[in-house]
Amino acid sequence: MTVLATPDKTGSGFPLGFDAILDPSPLQYLDEHGALSGALRDDAPELDPKELLATWRAMVIGRRFDVQATTMVRQGRLAVYPSSFGQEACEIGAILALRPTDWFFPTYRDCVSMVTRGIDPVETLTLLRGDWHCGYDPQRWRTAPQTTPLATQAPHATGVGLAAKLAGDDTVALAFCGDGGTSEGDFHEALNFAAVYQAPAIFFVQNNQYAISVPLAKQTHAAALAHKAVGYGMAGVRVDGNDVIAVRRVVAEAAERARRGEGPTLIEAVTYRMQAHTNADDATRYRDESEVEYWQARDPLARLEIYLRAAGLLTDDVVAEANQAAEELAADMRARLGEEPEVDHRDLFRHVYAQPTPQLLEQAAALQAELDAESDAERDAGNEAAR
Amino acid sequence: MTATLDGAAQSTEISLAQAVNRALRDAMTADEKVVVFGEDVGVLGGVFRVTDGLTRDFGENRCFDTPLAEAGIMGTAIGMAMYGYRPVVEMQFDAFSYPAFEQIASHLAKMRNRTRGALPLPVVVRVPYGGGIGGVEHHSDSSEGYFVATPGLHVVTPATVSDAYTLLRAAIESDDPVIFMEPKRLYWSKDVLDTDAPAIGQAAVRRQGADATLIAYGPTVQTALEAAEAGAAEGFDLEVVDLRSIVPFDDATVTASVRKTGRAVVIHEAAGFGGTGAEIAARVSERCFHWLEAPVRRVTGFDIPYPPPKLERHHLPSVDRILDAVASLQWEDR
Repeated sequence: MTVLATPDKTGSGFPLGFDAILDPSPLQYLDEHGALSGALRDDAPELDPKELLATWRAMVIGRRFDVQATTMVRQGRLAVYPSSFGQEACEIGAILALRPTDWFFPTYRDCVSMVTRGIDPVETLTLLRGDWHCGYDPQRWRTAPQTTPLATQAPHATGVGLAAKLAGDDTVALAFCGDGGTSEGDFHEALNFAAVYQAPAIFFVQNNQYAISVPLAKQTHAAALAHKAVGYGMAGVRVDGNDVIAVRRVVAEAAERARRGEGPTLIEAVTYRMQAHTNADDATRYRDESEVEYWQARDPLARLEIYLRAAGLLTDDVVAEANQAAEELAADMRARLGEEPEVDHRDLFRHVYAQPTPQLLEQAAALQAELDAESDAERDAGNEAAR
Repeated sequence: MTATLDGAAQSTEISLAQAVNRALRDAMTADEKVVVFGEDVGVLGGVFRVTDGLTRDFGENRCFDTPLAEAGIMGTAIGMAMYGYRPVVEMQFDAFSYPAFEQIASHLAKMRNRTRGALPLPVVVRVPYGGGIGGVEHHSDSSEGYFVATPGLHVVTPATVSDAYTLLRAAIESDDPVIFMEPKRLYWSKDVLDTDAPAIGQAAVRRQGADATLIAYGPTVQTALEAAEAGAAEGFDLEVVDLRSIVPFDDATVTASVRKTGRAVVIHEAAGFGGTGAEIAARVSERCFHWLEAPVRRVTGFDIPYPPPKLERHHLPSVDRILDAVASLQWEDR
């Protein structure tokens, strides 16, 4: 698979310039106007049209998913939804660069990447609808449950990577986290362990500039989050997080390095959280609309479309097919998430331990007795009313 | 469970630390997915020598040192368990497990439930705990209460050489996470290893008695037995129940004992307020109220940060303090 022929721009031997990270300007192939950027203009890369169209199509569908989920939270069909609108290049580019056998560790903001992995949209949204903590089989999808405590999933990726290495498998583990998450101790410990053990792990930081209301400048004094890689002795790269071609290529390269036994990589993808933190947040309290407009002009999907149209790849038929697939997904979400989910109170006790403790069996029986008494009372009241 | 002990070894006394070592060794031999890691557990063999020789005999892929970071140790263990390994990690001292607490409480304890059983985490967290060794403030905590209050964990603590072996083997074979609390003051106590022991979740009656039940676990079991011996001279026939596992809790054994004796004293080193003993006393009261001749008493550490070595004897439950509690159990009605 060749997405791009990647000429060595640094003279370092590393095609992506992993050793040039002290330059904080992010790696970019496609600029905000949809044109090949920088030196690549004069050294046209070889692009795989099928690959590019598949990436674009996944972004169209991913964005439609996000918009539909935001709508459904307003309708009360989801308890909460943290949108990743505008971060599709990260959400999709990173996932499409992985193999199905690789492990993926998403956060609460990464539903789009999970749908891109193939997980059913309703199973993806089970957590946010509130009928269980995780709706899919993590083993089947090699996707951990979404993590809410920040960066705590990062050492799990280190552990999976280390385990795969000890088992002699070529599995890679990729953990997402945000710019705020890099301040957590677990982020540091995960990266340090991964570097010490040369674990095949990728730490992909979606630097979307905000941790709820706190801007990046209050999160770090460093010129770039990718610089932290130097301190761990691992490869690091800063990439334009709204350039899906660059994101996909960088993750693919990091994964290949990991598979070759060359250890972990820290990727900082510079992007922007277009929406508020969640539906419960009010972004106007802490940022100007002009800032949002600046990033609107750098939209990842728009710039790819410009490029693909200019290249003659994006025909009306292709667009129509993708839009239809996106609308079908949205209609399916409306239909299935519109139904009230069935929940079973017995699930409260079933999975706490492999074998429930005697105390849990007692408590399960007590809850059952309470519910039986309630339904008896309801039935009696019903009979009374019928008379 | 099968132990790889020959006849000669069975008649030889070994220390509790050696029993833990043997359990690790036998578990690693039985299952190649068992890996041991933590701070100084490799070449050094651990600060208490519990992992002595494991790196030498099993190689660095099976027993290895980690950077000094307990959350990292715990998180890495969780990831390895997700991938099919059975990690046994060491928190070097009780109070050093606190940085790992978020990983333990937010993920280790909850992952099976969160995923409806799809991602069980068979991880054993070994925590040397308790005082009485002249250690500094952060080397003497009894931290079991934090883990006991976290649903999803098993909390197991041996008081004998044989239990150190059998409970650890059972903990490693368990598909659930187990916090394995090792009473460090008993590391050097010696006994003949008997591998035939009850399962996790069953308490053991260490001494039969008719007058009152002393309920203890880990380091205080030995103190309770000494108190029972001394109490006999004073005319008290005391029963001693060793809980062995706090979660799951063996209500049946405890209840049967207290209903038989009609009196109970709960003993642990941790602070009494909000401690495990409060839960035990409540459970006993709920189940044995009509059999009780006196209120359930607790003999615990004071509600203070762990004292310095030269003062710790005042803090730890002693034979005298246990017997004073026993003497207060309204014997005048008898």
